[in-house]
Amino acid sequence: MSQEESKIETGFSGGNGKAAAGQRTRVLVCEGTGCVSSKSPEIRAALEKSIAQFRLAEDVEVGFTGCHGFCQIGPIVVVEPEGIFYCRVNPKDADEIVERHLAGGEPVKRLFYRHPVTREVVPYYKDIMFYKKQQRVILRNCGKINPEKISDYEDRGGYQALSRVVLTMMPEQVIEEVRRSGLRGRGGAGFPTAVKWEYCRKQPGDIKYVICNADEGDPGAFMDRSILEADPHTVIEGLAILGFTVGARRGFIYCRAEYPLAIRRITIALEQARQKSYLGKNIVGSGFDFDVEIFEGAGAFVCGEETALIGSIEGSRGMPRSRPPYPAEKGLWGKPTVINNVKTLASIPVIITQGADWYASIGTETSKGTAVFALTGKIANSGLVEVPMGVPLSHIIYDVGGGIPNKKTFKAVQTGGPSGGCLPATQLELPIDFDSLQAAGSMMGSGGLVVMDDDTCIVDVARFFLSFTQSESCGKCVPCRVGTRLMVDLLEKITQGKGTEQDLVKLEKLALLVKHGSLCGLGQTAPNPVLTALRYFRGEFLSHIVDKRCPAAVCRALVTFRVIPDRCTGCRQCVKVCPTEAITGPRSQPHNLDQSKCIKCRACYEICRFDAIAGDAIVIVS
Amino acid sequence: MSAKLSDAAPETTRERRKSLIPLLQKIQAAEGFLSPDAVKRISRKLKITENEVYGVATFYSQFRFKPPGQFNVKVCLGTACHVGGAHNFLEVMELDKKLGHGETTPDGKFSLERVACLGCCALAPVVVVNSEVHGRMNRVSFMKLLESLDPPSPAEQTPGPPDSTK
Repeated sequence: MSQEESKIETGFSGGNGKAAAGQRTRVLVCEGTGCVSSKSPEIRAALEKSIAQFRLAEDVEVGFTGCHGFCQIGPIVVVEPEGIFYCRVNPKDADEIVERHLAGGEPVKRLFYRHPVTREVVPYYKDIMFYKKQQRVILRNCGKINPEKISDYEDRGGYQALSRVVLTMMPEQVIEEVRRSGLRGRGGAGFPTAVKWEYCRKQPGDIKYVICNADEGDPGAFMDRSILEADPHTVIEGLAILGFTVGARRGFIYCRAEYPLAIRRITIALEQARQKSYLGKNIVGSGFDFDVEIFEGAGAFVCGEETALIGSIEGSRGMPRSRPPYPAEKGLWGKPTVINNVKTLASIPVIITQGADWYASIGTETSKGTAVFALTGKIANSGLVEVPMGVPLSHIIYDVGGGIPNKKTFKAVQTGGPSGGCLPATQLELPIDFDSLQAAGSMMGSGGLVVMDDDTCIVDVARFFLSFTQSESCGKCVPCRVGTRLMVDLLEKITQGKGTEQDLVKLEKLALLVKHGSLCGLGQTAPNPVLTALRYFRGEFLSHIVDKRCPAAVCRALVTFRVIPDRCTGCRQCVKVCPTEAITGPRSQPHNLDQSKCIKCRACYEICRFDAIAGDAIVIVS
Repeated sequence: MSAKLSDAAPETTRERRKSLIPLLQKIQAAEGFLSPDAVKRISRKLKITENEVYGVATFYSQFRFKPPGQFNVKVCLGTACHVGGAHNFLEVMELDKKLGHGETTPDGKFSLERVACLGCCALAPVVVVNSEVHGRMNRVSFMKLLESLDPPSPAEQTPGPPDSTK
């Protein structure tokens, strides 16, 4: 590989800084939330300054994009048109990129992406396995366009679908097209989109509303955030098409307040769309009036549930109500309302421009199109992954995700966040689609995919999800409010090593009660993580109960920290960080750990990493 | 400082009600928290009882009723952050600063919030101080971060914000 590296086609004729005939060179800095937090705006400023110094401003344009969905290796800088992909760029690297690559014609090798497991160096965007193995439909523009420039979106075919719909199509034709595409709601439950639209369209009355649900509260999911940051116009276009189809003149985007950058980009995009007459009165001269306002959520997970979301816009406590009537019949202010997820709406413009048949050719018999996942946890490549429905889980985890790092082994994958379940290695060949996941006891959910290795305790994870849903339960219905509390108590008892086998029976019974008795999706799906954990990892629960052991050495009450005297060099690092003075000992002699004082906080374990020869001198055992 | 409530309130009950949460957010953004006085002002402006305003505001975890510290530490407790050991940060805050969720130190320096996923899972575990995101933290680096924010120098003790004793 190293031989090839030096001969990369850069698109430059040589060291004179002039671009080869044809396209102008563009340096694109990623400015999604992840990369911004690692100082990507500074990188852009440094690049601009450096380019000015080298007098390259005429040949090179510096721009930015939204999230590429590979935040783990950010900040990302891409040089177009050649497609060189730099990762983990620092503002200090800007001069080198400009001097060596843009002026000198030789890319900066040390900033290339390296495969985390094989260590292979990959200079080009298109060759990176993480992207190569994906099929990007919903994420088609993410990382390709400047999200704050409507012309970038238009250049890639943006707003053509909306124009075609409002100028040449009847609402029934749009519904028919969406029906033929087989699109199912991407919010998690997979309800057929066309059915919802048609139902709302048929409701009497001329005041209707449409809402984009961008209240992505699932911990471990960030697809909607990335789409809104990287390609806000596609969501607005989808929402406007929806508005036209059902006969609404007013739309809302309900976005979490935790996503300030997404909110800013939507606000900018809405303003630009109005200027270009894609929103507002008489859209593109069609006579159709439609406008969108943004509504910021206020940090309540339950507001992702559609009736709670409506309550929140109405200015009340965001508590779900019983359905029917469904919002499509009686929604916002009692009027027929369609609520669709960000990804559902982002799929609409492509379905219109590329055709329902094309869309329906992707995916499986019952789940059409692609699925977007936020792949995180103990995985080599974490980020946004879009694959056709029906590919096996192993494809996402091993081919796209690059497998489990640090020589650990795969233990489980959690799909669908707190509403989904943990699937074990035996389910790795399970095809990913709405129905297969449901049959396996999990669900598609909004698309979080958290990978766990043998250092993760399933009982602890089940407790984590349940304590999340318990604290987010709105408290309206008893099964959810009281049931989840009792379940958390039982799980806590088990993680503390005080559980009995009888507790497992109780836990299972309670789980079914909560599942069947709760009012809304939050309670109905809250027991899934526990039920799947019991189904696939019962042995681990029994270890905690019978053997009083936590096999992953996570549950604090069941582990002890030990200093291995042979490996301890007596460096006193751990002594310094120990908050309870449990570790003592003079320099250069093995330290002593007083178990009675140890609170098992892991500080010593984390700092004891320097000795690569002997390995960690502090171990956690159960 | 107090946020201006000069814009006219919407005319219909429905629109006034709809503007409640955005107004609470606006005031919190300007004043840092919702004081009893702020709630009173909102109540008058929107013609919604104070009880109702509290009823709505306390439902949503975004709203706080005590002033935040100079350094408002938000610990993300999303899945990826949890698996990466985020609860350790809460424990450090509890041990070192004696802080629980929604509390502020008596000197007004630190306050603590637990938040559900911030959507930066690829950088987990994540801690946000004021609006700066710190990714890939562990217990030790978190302790160092706290130390860098408030270096232990007995010579200079800066007083907290004036209204921190409220």
